Amino acid sequence: MIAVFTREFKSYMNNMTGHIFIGFLLLFFGVCVAIYNLFLGMASFRFAIEITGIAFLVVVPIITMRSLGRDRTNLTDTHLFSLPLKVSEIIIGKFLATALVLVIPIGVMMLYPLILSAYGNMHYASSYCAILALFLLGLALISICMFISSLTESQVIAAVLSFGALLFLLILPLLIALVPKDALASFLCLVALSFILAAIVWKLTSNINAGMIAAVLLVVALCALYYFKKSLFEGLFHKIMTGLSLYDRFYDLNSGVFDLGSVVYLLSVTVFFLFISVQSLETRRWS
Amino acid sequence: MIEVRNLTKKYGDNLALDNISFSIDSGKVYGLLGPNGAGKTTTMNIITGCLAATSGTVTVGGHDIFEEPLEAKRHIGYLPEVPPLYTDMTPSEYLNFIAMAKRVEYEAIYRQVREVMELTQLEEVSDRLIRNLSKGYRQRVGIAQAMLGNPDVIILDEPTVGLDPKQIIEIRDLIRTLGEMKTVIFSSHILAEVTEVCERVIIIHRGKIVADDSLENLNRSIESTNRLHIAIKADERTVISALAGIPGIVEHEVIRSGEPGVCELMLSVDKNTDPREAIFFAMADRRFPIITMELKKSSLESVFLSLTTDAGDDTAGHGSDVNGEDDDDNDNDNDDNGVDDDDESDVGESEDE
Repeated sequence: MIAVFTREFKSYMNNMTGHIFIGFLLLFFGVCVAIYNLFLGMASFRFAIEITGIAFLVVVPIITMRSLGRDRTNLTDTHLFSLPLKVSEIIIGKFLATALVLVIPIGVMMLYPLILSAYGNMHYASSYCAILALFLLGLALISICMFISSLTESQVIAAVLSFGALLFLLILPLLIALVPKDALASFLCLVALSFILAAIVWKLTSNINAGMIAAVLLVVALCALYYFKKSLFEGLFHKIMTGLSLYDRFYDLNSGVFDLGSVVYLLSVTVFFLFISVQSLETRRWS
Repeated sequence: MIEVRNLTKKYGDNLALDNISFSIDSGKVYGLLGPNGAGKTTTMNIITGCLAATSGTVTVGGHDIFEEPLEAKRHIGYLPEVPPLYTDMTPSEYLNFIAMAKRVEYEAIYRQVREVMELTQLEEVSDRLIRNLSKGYRQRVGIAQAMLGNPDVIILDEPTVGLDPKQIIEIRDLIRTLGEMKTVIFSSHILAEVTEVCERVIIIHRGKIVADDSLENLNRSIESTNRLHIAIKADERTVISALAGIPGIVEHEVIRSGEPGVCELMLSVDKNTDPREAIFFAMADRRFPIITMELKKSSLESVFLSLTTDAGDDTAGHGSDVNGEDDDDNDNDNDDNGVDDDDESDVGESEDE
């Protein structure tokens, strides 16, 4: 794992990608801090962090698009499998290298409250809570984009799909608001969600039957629930999606409320996507 | 060292390996031979744990590759067909990375990397980016990484493909040197290479093992005779009766001759005797002019062709694969008995064209 980690980190630092990632985030954050905190005189870091969180949309796909796809195009993945390494070590090594690239701008951002304290009273706890939120969001998004990179050989497709996925996550809170709250709408949306889940199962197992079984089970369960306890579906989709929305959790933490649930949720998403990335690579060996 | 038992691999409905079994003993150089698409790379990928098998078992140094992958993989150094290099690293950085990934002890990494670089003669390019290295040097970096971690078996998948003749010779020498220290398995579709380097040959055809024996045994078992092509300007019957007393001629076959008055024969002659001189004097005594006399030695080539050519098969296609030459090379394609020794030594060179 250390070997993969060191190699990947060096590779980011030897290529432009790592520098672009760090530079872009710092520039973006610096401009936001200058506008909100220095010119407009706000004491809170919240806005700068929130906008930097949105900037992840562009930079995270750039840094993760090469992580697994490139190994496939270079045919180095086969060789990695022949080394005495577990697939999980390969994935975690690569993830940690990317996370370390994220730690560099985050580390610099952590100096900002100290610098700004020269101009007024800073609320350190909420400022660092916001930076932590940004870091955790970054880890979760890197993990999601790494998974997408594990699905495709092409770096461009990985980048575009990752961008699409992150854009979807960003506007998810707005999309949820558009869905009616009545039971039938919730039911239909959940059925649609079941099909998406089944498609992921199909892709991960490379077995269409597994996907079909998953789809049938989920839909039958939903139909049964809907038939027997319709009231349960009132606003259910809303609740589920708001709970799942990464950016909602990020906004909560960023507002200065240290919610342990949100921290755990963001970390869980990270671990979950790393786990399915491992499964995705394993599937490829078995197919 | 390596035991492969009833290995089957399916890609969808396509059967790539069909219930193959073989074993690899320590300290020999093995050649895995087969036409393109026969299943050589699939076999190697499964042995090295890169690919899972549909059924069957592979044990390396007593460890099952599927049950105890980490222990089994420590016994193996693998160079895939395309050298798995990170072009943004220098050979020394890359070899350090592989040594770490192979869990070589920290103190031993520097020494091992230096040793393999010395053996593969990489010292002079050790600080140049891999992307700027020639194909031959890249191949050496690939072989060097396979040797790190001191594995017992080194598996090389078509290590000489795409190299120039000089590089091919250097890489073959390197394989020979490796063979003195370790067990080496290497795949190839170039017969000359296998004849030159290997002690034992496993021939795969359409996912099945069609031969697994030492080179000498293979030559001996398939054909105990050489073939002698003669054309003599005389009556067929008198020629055959003149040949009757000559020792070493096992049987004869009359070939239709285009030339009037010329009798053309294909003789099977015992490998241990050469009846050419006797034939010459016998014909000279009778004043029968010899138009053609050509001895065709049975080689690995004919063994290979007889094993991998079956009814309805695209013979010409396989033949040209074997020679590593282009289809438009009419001389070779028309020669259905394979090429002679001289032609074989040219094979490596024609591969690069």
